[in-house]
Amino acid sequence: MVGFSDLKEIFFVEADELLSALESGLRAIQTGAEGGDTVNAVFRAVHSIKGGAGAFDLKALVGFAHRFETVLDDLRGGRLQPESALINALLHASDHLADMVGACRQGLETDAEADERVIVQLELQAGRLPGAEEEGFTFEPLPMDGPFSFGDLGVSTGQTFLIRFRPHASVYASGHDPALLLRDLCALGTAEVTLDMADLPQAGSFDPGQSYLGWSIALTTTSSADEVHKVFEFIDGACALEIELVDRESPPSDQSLFGASSQTTLAPSPGGSEKASLLPTPERPPLPPPAASRNLAAPSPAEVSPTAPGKGVAPASNNGPRPTIRVDIDRVDRLVDILGELVIHQAMLTEAIEQSPGFGSVEVDRSLDQLRQLSRQIQESVMAIRAQPVKPLFDRMHRIVREVSMAAGKSARLVTEGEATEVDKTIIERLADPLTHMIRNSVDHGLEVADKRISLGKPAEGEIRLSAAHRSGRIVITVQDDGAGIDREKVRQVAIDKGLISPLLELSPQEIDALLFLPGFSTASEVSNLSGRGVGMDVVRSEITGLGGRVGITSQRGQGTILTISLPLTLAVLDGMVFDVAGQTLVLPVSTIIETLRPDGSLRHSLGHSDSVLDVRGRCLPLIDVGTALGFRTSLSQGEGEIVVVVERGDEGAIALMVDGIRDQRQVVIKGLEANYGQIPGIAAATVLGDGSVALILDPNDLAAVANAIPRPPIQHAAE
Amino acid sequence: MRSSGYATDPDIRELVAFRTAGQDFCIDILSVREIRGWSRPALLPHAPTYVQGVINLRGAVVPILDLARRLGLEPIENTDRNVIIVAAIQSRIFGLLVEAVTDILSVPATGVQPTPDLASDITRSMLKGVVVQEERLIRLLDVGQLLPQFEDAAA
Repeated sequence: MVGFSDLKEIFFVEADELLSALESGLRAIQTGAEGGDTVNAVFRAVHSIKGGAGAFDLKALVGFAHRFETVLDDLRGGRLQPESALINALLHASDHLADMVGACRQGLETDAEADERVIVQLELQAGRLPGAEEEGFTFEPLPMDGPFSFGDLGVSTGQTFLIRFRPHASVYASGHDPALLLRDLCALGTAEVTLDMADLPQAGSFDPGQSYLGWSIALTTTSSADEVHKVFEFIDGACALEIELVDRESPPSDQSLFGASSQTTLAPSPGGSEKASLLPTPERPPLPPPAASRNLAAPSPAEVSPTAPGKGVAPASNNGPRPTIRVDIDRVDRLVDILGELVIHQAMLTEAIEQSPGFGSVEVDRSLDQLRQLSRQIQESVMAIRAQPVKPLFDRMHRIVREVSMAAGKSARLVTEGEATEVDKTIIERLADPLTHMIRNSVDHGLEVADKRISLGKPAEGEIRLSAAHRSGRIVITVQDDGAGIDREKVRQVAIDKGLISPLLELSPQEIDALLFLPGFSTASEVSNLSGRGVGMDVVRSEITGLGGRVGITSQRGQGTILTISLPLTLAVLDGMVFDVAGQTLVLPVSTIIETLRPDGSLRHSLGHSDSVLDVRGRCLPLIDVGTALGFRTSLSQGEGEIVVVVERGDEGAIALMVDGIRDQRQVVIKGLEANYGQIPGIAAATVLGDGSVALILDPNDLAAVANAIPRPPIQHAAE
Repeated sequence: MRSSGYATDPDIRELVAFRTAGQDFCIDILSVREIRGWSRPALLPHAPTYVQGVINLRGAVVPILDLARRLGLEPIENTDRNVIIVAAIQSRIFGLLVEAVTDILSVPATGVQPTPDLASDITRSMLKGVVVQEERLIRLLDVGQLLPQFEDAAA
């Protein structure tokens, strides 16, 4: 049994999805990219939130959503035009609604004054008197309109016909729409329509070319039976039709005739309003309020509208989301843990078999191979469960851009690309803060004010481009603005003023850009409300580094700035190259490796006292002995460091690493060192090898820095 | 008094006693996770000399400290007969490399004497007190004090 609080949590989870749908719908309308259903979808989102909120007695939320919805209804009905001022007000209201939902989730009271201000602003924009229609504020399921117009429902005299109508597939094939027939019927009087879905097959055996739906209509009308028959004139013979006159006092009770598994009742709405309501009662008779909220995820009533079954498509399966389940993330994490153990033990098993006398048999070899493939497939599947598209994360950034640009008095829009790119859930969660900060920075510091932009010949509205892509085993996320670019003189001056660098230091443009990531750096001339509240780009960098990622910055004066984040695909397993250095086994992420070679001694050149470079086909790369950099040895003996691995280091270019021998390439499970020990420069994490021993995973980026920090006293190790 | 039974009296502390570098030590049994044989650790770069490296403890990566070096004593000989006492302080797990585990002691609270003033600062900072048992002086280690140095190691 699901508890009430669980239901409430479901409501909030779904409200988040609805809010996100609301916002993206409004944005689509804003950019003119909306489809026919967009306005309806936006309306439904607000309506569903209202519905759920009502079930949990969240009065402030219901009140706000109701007035919000009323404006949207006008928009939907064409009484309002989607002008940009109105859309902005709608977006603002949608942001506010999100805040209110957030507050309710934490059990807080919303700020009634602010609520009122926002909604009044919207209503004024919509040309409504604030609070008008307040009296009509009852809480009912979705009022229905659209192509359905039920005519004069006030008719109360006349006779009642019971009509059973079941079109054959040929009706749909010839382009008829039962919805239109129903509309015509309704125009004759008061109609109570019951949808019969009893014949609807399971999704698997569903044939879209078939007809599965029937309707039974209780029509109270002053029209004659002939007139009622006329409605069906065009499809005469292509449907099963029964029309019988029943006594007014005995309305149709024979609903079981059609199985009545699902009903859609068309009736005047309670307040005597002119609107007709489609009362959705999916599957069951009226639901108690908590259960009703669970239906938020189900296609909302308007989707079940008779406009849909153009080809006899079942309402429930029409454009519905693909079936999904909600799983507690802990369960998935547990699966990932077990998988990690599986990978380790599979490696152990392989090693044990390879050393046993019986090794070499084809069967064993084949089975091992199969096992390896299977475990890799399991791993990929599990990772796919954890992987989520970055879209929700990116969607949140639209709001940031709106708020920051408003507060900074700038005009900006966010363009997103690659929203479908999938990233590990943990990474997405931990990416939200740094990304928010980067976007804020781009708007606040990057973009110029509109006047200046115009005088520079740029469009008044600044553009922030946020994109995500998979690139060579990593996720690359870029935030690009078309603003002024980095004022390097100013940055340098600030760094000097703050005592971060010496005034004598000559810095390359890249080095100046990198100053932005220093702790305690902020270039905003005045500390604004938005950026520069103590958290700088250094926090962004440390958060990204904590995820095993890198941040880079490039800037073109007058053209804009590009911030780049590069992240590993997953935090759990990586493809590693296992190698030996000074008797130790170490691992390098395969994704960083460009090539391995055994260079001729003549290609090595010394630079200065102890540095050397390697000539790789005419390119001079810094040459670093891994053993020395890690303090495992102070000099190379014969046969050591003869193999060179060239690795890539993001923006800083490649380096050549000297190792003693390469063993193997395999999947390794990442084990953090932080929990029991601490961070080690040059080391990303550790892993457990097939023989049960620990191997450290190198971080090539850090390694160069560590190597530069030498000379330091050689360290004696007890184990040696 | 020597006992291998369970202490039911709350005033009785059970201590794991062990030997390294010719001296006797003990730690509270509640901080001991397990005792295991020596296995070859993977070296940690730029670690303090008393950090031997890390080993795999059922999937967790656990650092190993040579207790003798940690206390500034003569380093012990590396043999397979050495044992690792796996200890946990809060959520951190680490191993102490010692020569041999000797005993499990049940000591009343009054049996632990304060560390004599004569001891050097480094020794005293890591001892909670001493226990005298059958003419042996057993040093009670403050396990938590062995650890903070890790922060330096990480820097």
